[in-house]
Amino acid sequence: MKRSIFRVAALVAGLTAAAPALAQDSLLNVSYDVARELFEDLNPKFIAQWKADKGRDLTIDQSHGGSSRQARAILEGLAADVVTFNQETDIDALVEGGLVDQNWREAFPNGASPYYSLPAFLVRKGNPKGIQDWGDLAKEGVQPVFPNPKTSGNARYTYLAAYAWGLNEFGGDHAKTQEFVKNLLSNVPVFDTGGRAATQTFAEREIGDVLVTFEAETGGIAAEYADKGFERVTPSISLFSAFPVAVVAEYAKKKGSEEVATAYLNWLYSPEAQKALAEHYYRVTDKDVAADYADKLPEVKLVTVDEIFGGWAKVRAEHLADGGILDQVFVNR
Amino acid sequence: MSIAHHKESRLVPRLLIGLAVALTLLMVVAPLAFIFWSAFSRGWNVYVSNILHPVTLHAIWLTTLVALIVVPLNVAFGVAAAWAVARFKFPGRGLVLTAIEIPFSVSPIIAGICYLLLYGRQGLLGPWLMEHEMQVLFALPGIVLVTMFVTSPFVAREVLPLMQAQGSEQEQAAVTLGANGWQIFRRVTLPNIRWALLYGAVLCTARAVGEFGGVSVVSGNIRGQTNTLPLHVELLFNDLNAVGAFAAASTLTVIALVALVVKSVLESRRHQA
Repeated sequence: MKRSIFRVAALVAGLTAAAPALAQDSLLNVSYDVARELFEDLNPKFIAQWKADKGRDLTIDQSHGGSSRQARAILEGLAADVVTFNQETDIDALVEGGLVDQNWREAFPNGASPYYSLPAFLVRKGNPKGIQDWGDLAKEGVQPVFPNPKTSGNARYTYLAAYAWGLNEFGGDHAKTQEFVKNLLSNVPVFDTGGRAATQTFAEREIGDVLVTFEAETGGIAAEYADKGFERVTPSISLFSAFPVAVVAEYAKKKGSEEVATAYLNWLYSPEAQKALAEHYYRVTDKDVAADYADKLPEVKLVTVDEIFGGWAKVRAEHLADGGILDQVFVNR
Repeated sequence: MSIAHHKESRLVPRLLIGLAVALTLLMVVAPLAFIFWSAFSRGWNVYVSNILHPVTLHAIWLTTLVALIVVPLNVAFGVAAAWAVARFKFPGRGLVLTAIEIPFSVSPIIAGICYLLLYGRQGLLGPWLMEHEMQVLFALPGIVLVTMFVTSPFVAREVLPLMQAQGSEQEQAAVTLGANGWQIFRRVTLPNIRWALLYGAVLCTARAVGEFGGVSVVSGNIRGQTNTLPLHVELLFNDLNAVGAFAAASTLTVIALVALVVKSVLESRRHQA
């Protein structure tokens, strides 16, 4: 056993010695699990741009996984130059670990979210149940499918979006809103633990009438199961879901990659990148690009966690904590 | 009466055999067939382009490399450990025996987390490693270490019972004939344990190639760098590329099937020997 450790140590020494020999820029972008195709599309475009601007070669490595797990790995030494996550709380964890600047939200436009999404619907071919809005999901005989809001970040957005629609519909009446959310939750035939499992329940096991997930994923799912003819439906109101980005300053400084890391994240706001993002069904901040894709990504009234619920800390305390509002409307399970 | 009894006694075994065959078909053959059916569901060309995707090729190469490093080390470790336990009496021998088996009883993900806590930036050795710019986690060494931990018992567990059963008479005879240590090992010990050793090595390889839980903790999932084949399958699957995921899974399945065939051949050889 001991001998083998020495061998590995020798290997490590060899690998680290070989690394600086490559005289070119490199970036490690640590990202969430379902963004593989998105960055496979984006990265070559930025690499070409960087070459044209600076005349330097660039390689971009991608790491994908559940974004909380990714944050954990970075805290333990995964040397990411930039993170592109789907949960702000995971970047805050990096701030607590001293790796990301505390004011990361101000470092880039739009709260450091170059693109965003919202909970939206995917219905069966021809929309036989006529599902148009959140209210339809609580009707008798309609079966919505989404993962368990207790375990899935994706479903947490769904729960909050439905709640926000209810508050708007019932003039801020929390009791009526909670009754509505309760009816909606009791219509769900099966709560999977994660988004991918819920997708399978809906698409492959053919359970339920409507899949609720991020709009950005509905396009990919419809394409993957093209033969089933799923249709995308955008509700009247939904919840702004940030896809925040940040430079992992601590590692980037050490590697001397701050310049390219910052340029990369800034480039995500450029028309070229925004177009590619819209192609993947993400909502974008560039007004012209958004207008071009208006038929694909129809208008929707977006509300934020801050305006409706007073921030994530309050959501955790009032809604998600044990015995909170989510538990109260989730009792019949 | 006797005829009825005779019929019944033939019926029961047939029923049981039928049940076993049906269960095997349902639980083993059907899923395996489904992997290949799904992998080829969009045709041969899509399958080939999925396999030949540089990132998939790298995952295949990385998994092979890990097995190439881990299996010889574990063969050496397994033989040494089995030799020590079977041939010598020393204080703490029972402890060593138990220690060898620990990886069997510990979930791989626990192993991964232990390495994370030991070598991580916030861990015991992490700060020192970072100071000396040695990357253990989220790089090849971490993956190798965890895989080695998870697969370490296989060779020892196969070789040890055989060594204990055979006893040390032949080796003692060799000593009296004037053979030195290396000669004894090469001419006497090794031929005796040869088949068990190979059998253990095959099991170790199959496990090393398929290891997921522990590696997923320490890999960092960097595509084209630290993404092993099982991790790559998960990534493709989560990313709605089912055909790609099943194509990658089919290469894993082929490796597993080859290991299975080699294993059964070795098993029959061992029983003849």
